[in-house]
Amino acid sequence: MRHIISILIENEAGALSRVAGLFSARGYNIESLTVAPTEDPSLSRMTLVTRGTEDIIEQITKQLNKLIDVVKLIDLAQTIHIERELMLVKIKASDKIREELRSVVDIFRGKIIDVTPTSYVIEMTGTSDKLDAFIATIDKASIIEVVRSGATGISRGEKGLHL
Amino acid sequence: MELNGAQIVIQSLKDEGVEYIFGYPGGAVLHLYDALFQQDDVKHILVRHEQGATHAADGYARATGKPGVVLVTSGPGATNAVTGIATAYMDSIPMVVISGQVPSAVIGSDAFQEVDMVGITRPCVKHNFLISDVSKIAETIKKAFYVATSGRPGPVVIDIPKDMTSPNVKVPYHYPKKVEMRSYHPATTGNKGQVKKAIELLLHAKRPIIYAGGGVVLGEGSHELTNLAKILGYPVTNTLMGLGAYPATDTQFVGMLGMHGTYEANMAMHESDLIVAIGVRFDDRVTGKLELFCPYAKIIHVDIDPASISKTVKVDVPIVGEVKLVIEQLIDGLKEAKYKIDKPASDAWWKLIDQWRSIDCLEFDRQSIAIKPQYVIEQLYQVTNGEAYVTSDVGQHQMWAAQYYPFDKPRRWINSGGLGTMGFGLPAAIGVKLAHPNADVACVTGDASIQMCIQELSTALQYKTPIKIINLNNSYMGMVRQWQEFSYQSRYSHSYMETIPDFVKLAEAYGHVGIRIDKPEDVRGALEKAFAMKDRTVFLDIITDRTENVYPMIEAGKAHNDMKLRVAIGTSTDRELS
Ligand SMILES: Cc1cc2nc3c(=O)[nH]c(=O)nc-3n(C[C@H](O)[C@H](O)[C@H](O)COP(=O)(O)OP(=O)(O)OC[C@H]3O[C@@H](n4cnc5c(N)ncnc54)[C@H](O)[C@@H]3O)c2cc1C
Ligand SMILES: Cc1ncc(C[n+]2csc(CCOP(=O)(O)OP(=O)(O)O)c2C)c(N)n1
Repeated sequence: MRHIISILIENEAGALSRVAGLFSARGYNIESLTVAPTEDPSLSRMTLVTRGTEDIIEQITKQLNKLIDVVKLIDLAQTIHIERELMLVKIKASDKIREELRSVVDIFRGKIIDVTPTSYVIEMTGTSDKLDAFIATIDKASIIEVVRSGATGISRGEKGLHL
Repeated sequence: MELNGAQIVIQSLKDEGVEYIFGYPGGAVLHLYDALFQQDDVKHILVRHEQGATHAADGYARATGKPGVVLVTSGPGATNAVTGIATAYMDSIPMVVISGQVPSAVIGSDAFQEVDMVGITRPCVKHNFLISDVSKIAETIKKAFYVATSGRPGPVVIDIPKDMTSPNVKVPYHYPKKVEMRSYHPATTGNKGQVKKAIELLLHAKRPIIYAGGGVVLGEGSHELTNLAKILGYPVTNTLMGLGAYPATDTQFVGMLGMHGTYEANMAMHESDLIVAIGVRFDDRVTGKLELFCPYAKIIHVDIDPASISKTVKVDVPIVGEVKLVIEQLIDGLKEAKYKIDKPASDAWWKLIDQWRSIDCLEFDRQSIAIKPQYVIEQLYQVTNGEAYVTSDVGQHQMWAAQYYPFDKPRRWINSGGLGTMGFGLPAAIGVKLAHPNADVACVTGDASIQMCIQELSTALQYKTPIKIINLNNSYMGMVRQWQEFSYQSRYSHSYMETIPDFVKLAEAYGHVGIRIDKPEDVRGALEKAFAMKDRTVFLDIITDRTENVYPMIEAGKAHNDMKLRVAIGTSTDRELS
């Protein structure tokens, strides 16, 4: 099962490597990881996507909680939540397919944010599935570069992950 | 008061109540050594190898419950300390290690004796810190001691770049009495609902057993554990790390469990219908093959670390909390529920256990003309009236010490269980002796293990820590040889050393007394003589039966009821009895 673990962690040198080190040392896999400071600059928010059986996820969350720098965490997959990922895609855009590309981007509610005579850069946000779907509709040969942020997420409603 | 960084470190240690610091100097810590020189409150013990410093501090910590403190220089000093840090980590021992680091300005430039200590130790510390501001030193040291000693204890490293201890930078000094960390809140009492569920199971068990371990020693819960066991009337087994947590000479004690545990302890675990696991972590040396582990039992697990619970074995009633407090909650709950021992069930269960006991799985050949290692430990027990602090190294001798020296008190049995670090015993014994100068301290070791930290004999002389080294000399890496005998058709690949030093001369060269014993009838006298020499370290080189094996043994992949015994018996358990 895919899990999205959202972590509030001390914004200190080495905090990220403690999390990454834990995963490699214990053989857990990280599908994606995003991290940035929160509105309180002493704290960072990390979102980590991982897969595993219930037992493994239970150990992962326990081991993460055990890290002294981790203040709080929540497995978003256990709650009603919203999930977004940012993707930038650079595509070969010859005259012939420019029109068609634009309409596909529209359908996916993306934006073309850079245009040259031969290329587009497309910006798109959405769930990871949606971004996958977009990539799947584009001719592989025309893709120059794909940059994805990894998923971030937030729970719905009033409750939140804070101090 | 304005102090420089080096003075702040030493003053903080003083204010923390640190008695001993085990260390070894070098360039990056010279400012610290200068500050040490100018005071007498914190006593520095100069070891001969940084591994020795960590093990000595570890021994001190295990024997007292207080954190061990270590000081090493950057680079090789720091890396030499890593084995000892990992040893403490695996057994959850409180320790604070201060390592020197190259000056902040050159960190990351492959400077002379630079190594990323924070990075190297990350997987084997409870936490670590890199100092980047002189004014944060005192608070960081307070945090380090707090983290190391609270909750599930463990080692904490503080890496201090040389410029942070410079005599030229002075800042106001204040050592905080307390620290709060918003990200760290160790558990205390257990959840009431969970305790209730546990009581429910305790009330109805027919074949229960208490499986208690290192957590009871670490959490000072022996007294409470003993009370609980007496109220319940259950048999008690201890892990290797838990020996002494419950008095071994008490009739309810069935011995150690696990790979080299007693027949009765392992059989009782296998046949039980309720396991009360307290301060244990279901280590693979204890459980054997997981799929076959305790097939009929419900499990209650008390542990301060949620990550220890249901890590390898799923439990029915997890209770996160301090052993001492949770056991008190359990006792209160039992009183409230008017618990009474279920006499018929208890009698039937004990009858079964006594049958297993009658096999006498620890019996050995007492007529042997070669010295039996088990006999040596028995004699050691008698000569020291069971009151000694016993450290050990790793191997067969460790198992024999665990099996044949019944510990009645916690913190008397001091060994590396989780990492299994050869070389631990001698420096640990020095740390123990410093903590308890009037107690008998024995180091049970083997001819291979003792050579891993033998240089600490020099430390023992310098600081006058008279310990007794009991070297069970079988001229083999016995434990390795045993596995090769059982699993590799006796192909003894490199488990034998062509040359073993003359340990008597070696001891003498270090300024100690060396005695070689090769006849069973001389063992008792030599031990008495050694312990009578109160102010000397004595090295007893005891030539033992070379191919003796440790029994019982549960081989890899086997279950608790599938033990290899010295004298083979048919597996007999009467599952009808209940
Ligand atoms: C050669 C060799 C052979 C061995 N054979 C055996 C064997 O036959 N049998 C055996 O038992 N072991 C054996 N061991 C040791 C084994 O490897 C483990 O070290 C040991 O079993 C672990 O003991 P433990 O479960 O008590 O846990 P420990 O490592 O002592 O861990 C303590 C547990 O208690 C918890 N805890 C700590 N403080 C508290 C507190 N205040 N309150 C509540 N909980 C707390 C911790 O979170 C942890 O889960 C052997 C080791 C070697 C080297
Ligand atoms: C540092 C280290 N290296 C290797 C091992 C693997 N090992 C475990 S027991 C053992 C042999 C120990 O021999 P000895 O000290 O003579 O004790 P004996 O088993 O003969 O009693 C070895 C090599 C270890 N535990 N620690």
